[in-house]
Amino acid sequence: MTATAEIGKARLRKEDRHLVTGRSRFTDNMVLPGMLHLAMVRSPYAHAKITAIDTAAAKSSPGVMAVLTGADVAGEQGSLPNAWPITPDQKAPAHGAIAVEEVAFAGEVVAVIVARSAAAARDAVELVDVSYEELPVVMDLEEAFTDKVLAHTALESNLSATWVFDSAEAGTGSSVQDAIDNAEVLIERTLYQQRLIPAFMEPRSTVVDPTGEQITMWSATQIPHILRLMLALTLGIPESKVRVIAPDVGGGFGGKLQVTPEEVITVLAARHTGKPCKYTETRSESLQAGHHGRAQVQRLKLSARKDGTVTGLSVNLLADMGAYLGLVTSGIPILGAFMYNSIYKFPAYRFECHNIFTNKTWTDAYRGAGRPEATFAIERMMDELATELGMDPLAVREKNWIRHEEFPFTTVAGLEYDTGNYEAATAKAVDLFDYQGLRAEQKRRRDANDPVQLGIGVSTFTEMCGLAPSRVLGSLSYGAGGWEHAQVRVLPTGNIEVVTGSSAHGQGHETAWSQLVADRLGVPFENVEVLHGDTQISQRGLDTYGSRSLTVGGMAVLAAADKVIEKAKVVAAHLMEASEADIEFAAGSFTVKGTDQSTTLGEIALATFAAHNLPDGFEPNLDSDATFDPVNFSYPHGTHLAAIEVDTETGHVGILKYVCVDDVGVVVNPLLVEGQVHGGLAQGIAQALYEEAAYDDAGTLVTGSFVDYLVPSAPDLPHYITGRTETPATSNQLGAKGVGEAGTIASTPAIVNGVLDAVRHLGVRDIKMPCTPSRVWHALQDAKTTGGVQ
Amino acid sequence: MIPSAFDYAAPSTVEEALGLLAAADAAGDDVKLLAGGQSLLPVMKLRLADPSMVVDLGRVAGLSGVTDDGDSLLIGAMTPHHVVATDPLIARHVPLLAQAAATVADPQVRHRGTFGGALVHADPAGDLPAPVLATGATFMIAGPGGQRTVDAADFFEGYFTTAVAEGEILTAIRVPKYTGWGSHYEKFTRVAQQWSIVAVAAQVRVEGGTIAEARIGLTNMASTPLRATAVEAALAGGAATADAIAAAAAHAAEGTDPASDLNGDAAYRAHLAQVLTKRAVLAAVGL
Repeated sequence: MTATAEIGKARLRKEDRHLVTGRSRFTDNMVLPGMLHLAMVRSPYAHAKITAIDTAAAKSSPGVMAVLTGADVAGEQGSLPNAWPITPDQKAPAHGAIAVEEVAFAGEVVAVIVARSAAAARDAVELVDVSYEELPVVMDLEEAFTDKVLAHTALESNLSATWVFDSAEAGTGSSVQDAIDNAEVLIERTLYQQRLIPAFMEPRSTVVDPTGEQITMWSATQIPHILRLMLALTLGIPESKVRVIAPDVGGGFGGKLQVTPEEVITVLAARHTGKPCKYTETRSESLQAGHHGRAQVQRLKLSARKDGTVTGLSVNLLADMGAYLGLVTSGIPILGAFMYNSIYKFPAYRFECHNIFTNKTWTDAYRGAGRPEATFAIERMMDELATELGMDPLAVREKNWIRHEEFPFTTVAGLEYDTGNYEAATAKAVDLFDYQGLRAEQKRRRDANDPVQLGIGVSTFTEMCGLAPSRVLGSLSYGAGGWEHAQVRVLPTGNIEVVTGSSAHGQGHETAWSQLVADRLGVPFENVEVLHGDTQISQRGLDTYGSRSLTVGGMAVLAAADKVIEKAKVVAAHLMEASEADIEFAAGSFTVKGTDQSTTLGEIALATFAAHNLPDGFEPNLDSDATFDPVNFSYPHGTHLAAIEVDTETGHVGILKYVCVDDVGVVVNPLLVEGQVHGGLAQGIAQALYEEAAYDDAGTLVTGSFVDYLVPSAPDLPHYITGRTETPATSNQLGAKGVGEAGTIASTPAIVNGVLDAVRHLGVRDIKMPCTPSRVWHALQDAKTTGGVQ
Repeated sequence: MIPSAFDYAAPSTVEEALGLLAAADAAGDDVKLLAGGQSLLPVMKLRLADPSMVVDLGRVAGLSGVTDDGDSLLIGAMTPHHVVATDPLIARHVPLLAQAAATVADPQVRHRGTFGGALVHADPAGDLPAPVLATGATFMIAGPGGQRTVDAADFFEGYFTTAVAEGEILTAIRVPKYTGWGSHYEKFTRVAQQWSIVAVAAQVRVEGGTIAEARIGLTNMASTPLRATAVEAALAGGAATADAIAAAAAHAAEGTDPASDLNGDAAYRAHLAQVLTKRAVLAAVGL
């Protein structure tokens, strides 16, 4: 690859103009003639039998066209899909979009109102009289594992599946039990990943038009293609009769990687009434009934030698599925299974995961999906090891990490890391951070018994990005492949249309893909149009998640552009009466080698369109398709350092300085990368300090609005000092790695390690996330009462 | 986020508004007064409040603004927080109110939300009640029987409950001048835009290195705002030093009854009250 003007250029996003001038078109902006509006009747109970539903009053309410209950649609609603049965004997309850006999979490839909206006629908919700017989609820994950209370009466156990990876069995390493038995140092910890809510900016919304030849759905989704397929399979509609459009979509973070009950219900309502129907959730509904993320208990054992060399890692995980298995719920912990060894050369590794049902909203993908959990656990454990041995946390990491000359490196989890340079990223971070200076300041504050103590939080990370090689997904029992499709179309004027199956919802694909194509075809950036998010326009695709867009979808775009060039060379050779082998292409021009004869892509486009003078048998068309299936994941990595101030009087945690150096390989647009890093950091910091989906004992979500579910805003976050190193990936022709989740993965452990580093000398060993002022203060008080020894 | 249907009236005088309230009462309507709407409208949209009639005070003349009235300031009930936070008379004579008003929510809310509306709403975590209590203000209430006044000490009766009865309207708040006093509002939250977990309003008069007089109000330490009378007593006549202030602040939780919630339990709030009182008084005396 030769770098040209477009790759690496910090272009402003071309998609922003319409967004910031209010010319956006979100799903809720869609208005169709005769459109009806939906409102959901949701269960207030976390677990109950539905004994009766009286809809008479609601049906006679002004403007109400229909009221549908689970019983009304039981024969046609199917069961919402789980595309990732992680074991052959995985257990899952039937999951109708509308509950029929039993509700298993508070917020589950029990009926839907279809009315002429949103207000009429909302008014009628209160007129539906549902009789419930309350059942015992199980909310706590560890309690659920005991099966004393069942989340579903139809299941005999709360255990959905147990999934094990053992390096000794897999042949990728030795026995963890041997390592533990022979450990010079053994660290055992239980860590808690609290439940988080994706909290995307645009609440979910769906419009379904059942009129005409097919069902057209507009939806605030990350996955129009998967959604189309799944709707067809779930509802028994021919796939060819379903069109899904994801118009402007305001964020997702994994939360819109779902086939939702509300989407299915909107189809059912449209089918029953024969009219276009719209459903837009309220923020409270979004927080309550959109899927959640994380929610794991991590029971960890790390064995090591006294010099800091780790000899083995054992992970025993309890993963909270919530009440149902969503699209990839069950696989989320498995995405983390390969990342607990992170950047390290552990000789032995064992991972055992128990997927467990509780009476909460179900969990599923949330930014990082399994990998933040894994990185948090290992980075916390590396700090614990450093503390135990009295070593610098960076030194412990350096002792164990893969050195740059050791790549490609097959890990104990069986992945082949192609490239990486942890030394370089760490050295740069240490330099930007002034690590030694801040250590000196930390000592000064400790010596002075300063009420505001300083901690330094370290986190390194790597992640598997670019989901995914289809064969790998197949080996993990995932229900689909991981390829991506693109089409590059050359218009008669030489303008370019790019069709991508990677549907953007805030990432900036239109800008980045334009840069890729402008770079490859030598056309102006402005002359490239990117089309996506409509299954009738981009008929093939696997959508956007898992930091896959550039490393998979972008490569499909480049491959399609390369095919355009090959086709155009045939025409160029014909027009210039030269041999195809003598045609050279650069910067948008085709030249006959060794001559001054040349023609442009635009001229060839017009000539191909006119088709007056083309080679015999040449199809008058430069358009090209490509489908790219990666041979390996990409492995971005980085080192994050946080200087954390803890006010020991109030427990307040402040971030004095945050440095991250990320290696995301070759960068197409540094501004987009910077935006992804900033947003990711904010979300990871939010897990460490602010956000938690909290339930009361009865199963009601206590954090049901943004008054209680604390999403930080700009004043709560520090100025980030960001840096990059660039170690190109070898798994794709560009050398790109993926950046969508990096900040989220590394920042959570960096912050918590920093908090603990600030107060560990006062006797605090652990603080559950989020590290609220109250929790920090109580931890300090507890340490005082135990004399700092636990 | 669609409220139930309700009737709406927008009177232009206090008398007209009182008449509407009386008529609604006679008709059995559940009526709510709309001031800035920053609390009322969200709870109506969430259907936690379901009034059959809303009387909008936004067009009633003479309810907004700050006027100098000798040894006190008269603050109209409909004066937006933004005005309270930036008004020169308030800044000069009762800066505590400006400091507290500036911490309310965000700029949009401060431009819409009103001083009197927040006081009548009486959220225990709201930022205006405790400072107003600390100033010993007088509430001016119009009702069917004419105007009456209620002292701040008697105004806040419980969770979201004040001395303003059904059929009455809070029209203004008379706040004594504390010209030359030091003041500070110390608010503690987890994120920038949040209700107070605990906050402390402090006004102190320092004479020659001694705290001559102190008035301390506590936010969110009970169902109503509280005066930290033990702290006030301990401060009065004492030295304006860090040690003396810290010793006095240790009394801050006496007589309080804070709630426990996701942001902290009662023990934590009791501790916070002491720390924040110390900080508020230190800032008020300029230490």
